[in-house]
Amino acid sequence: MDTREHHALGDIVLRVENVHKTYGENHVLRGVSLIMRRGETKVIIGPSGTGKSTLLRCINQLTTPDEGKVWLGDCEMTSPKEDINCARARIGFVFQSFNLFTHLTALSNVRIAPMKVSKMPKAEATQLAMMELERVGLADKADAYPAELSGGQQQRVSIARALAMSPQLILFDEPTSALDPELIGEVLTVMIDLARDGMTMLAVTHEMGFARVVADEIIFMEGGSILEQGPPDELVRNPKHVRTGEFLNKITELYGE
Amino acid sequence: MDLIWQSLQLMVERGLPTTILLTLALLGMGLLMGYPIAFLQVYGPRPVRWLCRGYEQVFRGIPAIVLILLFHSGLSRTFGILLPAFASGLLALGLRSSAYQSQIFRGAIQSVSEGQMEAARSMGMSKVQAIRYVILPQAFRLSIPPWTNEFSSVLKDTSLASAIGVHELMKQTTLIYTRASYTEGARWVLVILILVALIYWIMTALGNAGLGYLEKRTRIPGFEMKGQVER
Amino acid sequence: MGVIDFLGDLLPKLLQAAVVTLELTAGSIALGFVVGILLSFGRVYGPRPVRWFASGYIAFFRGTPLLTQLLLVYFGLPPYLAMIGIRISPMVAAIIGLGLNSAAYQAEYFRGAVQSIPSGQMMAARSIGLSRLKAIRYVILPQALRLVIPSWSNELIYSIKYSSLAYFLTGIQELMFVGRKEALRTANTFQVYIVVALIYLAIVLIVSRLLSMLEEHSRIPGLGIGRIQTDHRR
Repeated sequence: MDTREHHALGDIVLRVENVHKTYGENHVLRGVSLIMRRGETKVIIGPSGTGKSTLLRCINQLTTPDEGKVWLGDCEMTSPKEDINCARARIGFVFQSFNLFTHLTALSNVRIAPMKVSKMPKAEATQLAMMELERVGLADKADAYPAELSGGQQQRVSIARALAMSPQLILFDEPTSALDPELIGEVLTVMIDLARDGMTMLAVTHEMGFARVVADEIIFMEGGSILEQGPPDELVRNPKHVRTGEFLNKITELYGE
Repeated sequence: MDLIWQSLQLMVERGLPTTILLTLALLGMGLLMGYPIAFLQVYGPRPVRWLCRGYEQVFRGIPAIVLILLFHSGLSRTFGILLPAFASGLLALGLRSSAYQSQIFRGAIQSVSEGQMEAARSMGMSKVQAIRYVILPQAFRLSIPPWTNEFSSVLKDTSLASAIGVHELMKQTTLIYTRASYTEGARWVLVILILVALIYWIMTALGNAGLGYLEKRTRIPGFEMKGQVER
Repeated sequence: MGVIDFLGDLLPKLLQAAVVTLELTAGSIALGFVVGILLSFGRVYGPRPVRWFASGYIAFFRGTPLLTQLLLVYFGLPPYLAMIGIRISPMVAAIIGLGLNSAAYQAEYFRGAVQSIPSGQMMAARSIGLSRLKAIRYVILPQALRLVIPSWSNELIYSIKYSSLAYFLTGIQELMFVGRKEALRTANTFQVYIVVALIYLAIVLIVSRLLSMLEEHSRIPGLGIGRIQTDHRR
């Protein structure tokens, strides 16, 4: 059942134009372009090694594209004049391996960026952090260290950490791939809630269930370029390319509906 | 028996303070110089990294005693720069310790996983902020065990300063046993040397205990529990 | 030119002394190897008093300065040895002192190597019918010896450098001693010591290089991925 809310067509939050990236002999990204509007949720799928993660990293400039431009709102992130830290603060990034700061408690992990990057006073940052932890359902674990938390809990904390900076856009790089099956659900629930609350999200994932529930569009990438993109129902029932259909069949076999 | 007590007393009163002072000074000097060098070696531009590596190789590859004599005897006889023995010893051994310590810190920094830096940068932290708030606290904790080793090595190296006349524990001991071998007989030399060995051993044990305590105090809860969490 | 003459006079003497240094190193590391393996077996497989002794030995030689140990062997022991009619030359004393010291570290490295072999290896060996002794000989030992190579290389480098302490035991014509003699003969003391330093550096670098080549050559894929975490020497 289609339970997505319809968002008003928002302004363009992200524009990716013709991004290329080559590692040695490997032309990983071949002229990828996409647009994200406020409130949209898009999911990128595709075989491994097709540059999906690289694309995300090129967006927040963890990896610098060889060619092409990326705009966050009005701000051109690929321009050398742009203060990259300022721009990154407005994009949230959730990693496959969580990357929580191991020497800090969950609470400290969430409040460190507001404090050190946005210069928020400690009391205010703590309040904000507690709020975000509550939002992901982990307020009671505020004083736990990452090593004391399960994988699913760690990932939820890392989402809270990304939310704490009030980002315009959140990027998810295979957020559930490193989790044990029974822990995936709790993370997806948080992500679905976020999407419903109107967050602009771009996620690389295999979780088709998630995509069909909240995605405005699914993007299928192969060999470094976007092969096809469209609303989930359309893509699943009427794929324009053979490869798209093949890939979708494979993952629904593996992961179920 | 009297001799034993007397010797111990002399060693502790006249030799031990200098040894302790020298050890602490060397560790401090090594720390102050070692950390920046380690950072430069990990995060600096290529020529700087190359320089740091060179520094490390040179000061680790030359025997301590050569450096000590170089800075004392060499400087004074060839260039007329006569440093007090303590200073020459400090300089020579300090440069050496900083080379070793920079390697320890470099290893610690590099063991902090890459993902930590990426996460920090993704939130908008500058490189400096990321190093200060994320990398450094973790690298520091990781460096404590090998640093405990360094403490032990430095303590033992101070004995070499006796070669240029620094009046530390070993120097004091040789004075004692030289005299004792005249007054009491050569057989006492062994006894006296065993005594000083015991003093060094006790100091090493105390230092290790202290650093072990520090390690416990700064340990991140959950690391040792890791195996039990995945339920 | 002054420099050529200077070097031409100095180098042959130093290089000859360097040979003595290498002899000292070879002797001490060989002694250390034999004693070290015995210690390490004693510690793992021996009866209680042997284990105690081995632990005590290692603690002593690691917790006290090498200089103290050398002086002990050279000045402390001879009066007692004389009582049973033994005299030892400075060279022998140095090799014994350096060797016994090295043994303590080698024992630890070896123990670390044996312990880093997964316990499954011994279990598998016994399950196919090998006795404990045979299992050690054919399964554990070969692996342990390969695993210990990096630490052992470290120990060799250390031995080269600390052979310089033999200078405190007058009479051994090794590099530091001869170097000092030459240095004090001239006003160019600083330069002489620099040359001495460079020779040590050269020896260390060459030996390091040879050892890494050896390591590469004897590497078995899959073995020795984890480094042994014992106290590494300087």
